[in-house]
Order: sequence, then structure tokens, then C-alpha cells
Amino acid sequence: MNKTQAAFDPNSAFMYALAVLVIVFVLAQSIYFLLRALRRARAIGMDRATLSKTVGSTALFTLAPAFSILLGVVTLAKFLGLPLPWIRLSVIGAITYELPAATSTANALGISLSETITDPKVFSAIAWVMTLGILPSIVLTPVLIKGIQRGVVKIQSKDKAWGDIFMTSLFMGMISAFSGMVFSHIREGLPGLLPIAVLAVSAIAMCICGLIVKKANAKWLENYAMPFSMLIGMAFAAIAAPAFGL
Amino acid sequence: MISYNEYLDTTHRAGQIWIWSAVCVILFVPVAICLKYNAWPEGSSVLKGLLGVAPIYWTVGFIEVVTFTPMLGTGGTYLSFVTGNVTALKVPAALNAMESAGVKSGTEEGELISTIAIATASIVTTIIISAGVLLFAQLTPLINSPVLKPAFDNIMPALFGGLGVVYISRNWKVSIAPMAFMLALFIAVPSLGNSVGVLVPVGILIALGAARLMYKKGWFSK
Repeated sequence: MNKTQAAFDPNSAFMYALAVLVIVFVLAQSIYFLLRALRRARAIGMDRATLSKTVGSTALFTLAPAFSILLGVVTLAKFLGLPLPWIRLSVIGAITYELPAATSTANALGISLSETITDPKVFSAIAWVMTLGILPSIVLTPVLIKGIQRGVVKIQSKDKAWGDIFMTSLFMGMISAFSGMVFSHIREGLPGLLPIAVLAVSAIAMCICGLIVKKANAKWLENYAMPFSMLIGMAFAAIAAPAFGL
Repeated sequence: MISYNEYLDTTHRAGQIWIWSAVCVILFVPVAICLKYNAWPEGSSVLKGLLGVAPIYWTVGFIEVVTFTPMLGTGGTYLSFVTGNVTALKVPAALNAMESAGVKSGTEEGELISTIAIATASIVTTIIISAGVLLFAQLTPLINSPVLKPAFDNIMPALFGGLGVVYISRNWKVSIAPMAFMLALFIAVPSLGNSVGVLVPVGILIALGAARLMYKKGWFSK
């Protein structure tokens, strides 16, 4: 290590202070947009119960993916310490971006990611690659958003019926890609069938919730059907994994 | 009360301030690390690291902004592209909330419900990750538990099973072409499972093309 470099610990108080700064910023932005939208929704007379249910069901819906993101923090913490993964996975990042970014930089520098990084230059190089790698998503948003929205409004105002189908097609395109991806393991034999079984169980759970809502008039379930189905699918994966050879 | 268009204008103004501030905060992190530890990396090592990931990340980043902006609404877009996990969390959260509330994307109600859902998802995620960091020692064995591993490995099928059945049952005509194409593609070329972000616009183009054809033939009015 260069003599002029300060002693480096990826879990130092300084790194935690940086993380807290970023987390406070993210929370402030989220709370600002939440309060702003809630205030406007009340002003235009939207049902308070609907707004409360939206917050409640989304919070429940978020639990499982949030724990999955935490799993990403744990994975990266093995060699980057806790604060940097905490920062990266709280702002734009996702484990699918950050892990390859760290690995690519480590490979370029010819070092191993099997233990905690103690060389500050290696650490800062990884931090720069992670940051610059995801920067276009955030920079392009303010640049492109108005143009994209003008295009969508133009389509919708020209022909309302087609405008609705256009929006549905956007959603279906995304859902089809992610649903199709589940079948990419089908050739791996029994273990490759587990994601398909989870997809089916989650879909069936959703249908059952829909039936209960209709037949038993359980309106409250309508907002929680999606998180319940997701959690039932995940529980099934954990319980049935041995039967699929995992 | 201001009109919806005025509300959107002010949302854009606030969003631009927040997102450019976020750019500064994000860039401040590596700069602060370099300054504090006097550890400016070699430009060539950063460039080499970037070469391994930037071509695909920057392409997917562009695709995500173009693809998801119409779905997320104004407030939701400004927030999602700062807080991240857009495909795996923010878009499904917004879709689920709009579906449950019975509002459509592109309407004022859709804009507000989408923003509320995305903001809630961001707050809950940030709190859970922060709590996880504070309770790292206690939580790590649980999170790394081999029993729970299959559950976390299968979040996406569990999420899109429920979401898919709702959308497909309500829009089955629009769903046939992209679903058939994607199923055939992923079964034929399993390695594409790692490139799903790039395939989202392909699915959208197929859905749009097939839907346009059916619309022109009047199949949606039958």
C-alpha cells in the first residue's frame, strides 16, 4: 500500500457515514413523492380506504423482494464490507448488476474476491465501476422522460381504444419475457421444473384468491391477493425443493 | 386546486431536482472514498472493469428507461430510477397496485396510485435493508439458510405467476403472441435466461405488432 494512503477498512465509520447519507437521501425522496401523491389523491377525491390499502398491500408485497435484495447485500459484503453494498443496493443497484461489476473489476486488476478487500485502490476502482455502470439509467431518465410521455399521450389522444391496447401490450410484453424466462431451465431435468411449478402454484393461488373475493365477497383480499400468491409460491419452493432433487 | 397538467409539470420540476441531486449523491460516494483514503484508481483499471459490464448495462439502462417510463408514470419514474430494482420490484408493485385499485396507467388516478406504490416499496425496501445491515450477524444465518434458498431463488416465478394470470386472463388476446414467442424462445435457447432485460422490448414489439393487427381486423370489438 502507498505510504500516503490512509489505513483502509471497508467497514469503517466513514463508510457507514457515507451509507447513512445516501439512505437518508433515498428515504427523503421516497417520502416526498409519497406525501405529494397522497395529498393530490385526497384533493381529487380518491377513496381514502383505497389509498390505505395500496400502501398496506404494497408494503406486504415488497417484503419478499426486499429480503432477496438483502441477500444480495450479504453476498457482496463478503468481500466489499457492509456499507458499500448497502449503498449500491439502495440506490439504482441490483445484485444482478453489482456482482458482475465487482467481478469484472477484480478480474481486470487480477485479484480474487474470495476475501474482504483491504487495498483502497482496488476498493475505489470497484466503487467507480459500480457507479459508472449504472449511471446511464439515472441520467437518461430526466433527459428522455418528457419525450417518451409526449409520444404516449399522442398515441392515446389520437385513438383512445388503441391507446388502451397499446398500454396493455407494453405490460404484456414485459410479463411474457419474465414468464418465458421461467421456462429456460426446462431442459435441466427435474430441478429445472421447480420454477415452472412455482409459477403454476402462484398462478393457482391467485385464481383461488380471485374466487374467494367473488364468492365470499371478501373485498379485503383483493388488495392482498398478489403478495399472498407470491408468498405461497415461495413457500412451495422451499417445501417442494427436495422433491425436485434440490 | 391546480389542474392535472399543472400537477404533472410541478412533478417534473421536483423530479428533475431530485434526480440530478441523486446523480451528485451517487457520484459523491466514490469521490469521497478516493479523497478520504487517497486512493484514486488507475483510469485503465476502471476502464477495463467497465468494459466487462458497461456495454450490456448501458444498453439495458436505455431500454429500461424507454420501456418502463410509460408504465410507471411521472412520479413513479423519477423515483424508480433512483431507488432501483425496477423490473423485479417497482414495475410489479405499480402494476399490482393499479390492478387492485381498478385504475389505469396513463390516467391521473393511475399516476397517483403508481407513485404511492413505488414510494411505499422504496421506503419498505430501504428500511428492511437498513434493519438487515444493523442485525447482520443475527440475520445472516437465516438469509443464507439452505431451506430458504429455493424460496429466494424462485422469487421471479412466484411474482410473475400471480401477476401473469391476472393480466393474461383479462387480456388473453394480446397475450397469445408474445407468450407463445417467449416460451418457444427460452425453451429453444435457455442461455437467454440471463438476458431477459434485453428481451423485454422484443416481447413488447411482438405484443404491439400482434395487437395492432387484431385491432385493425376488429378482433377486439368482438
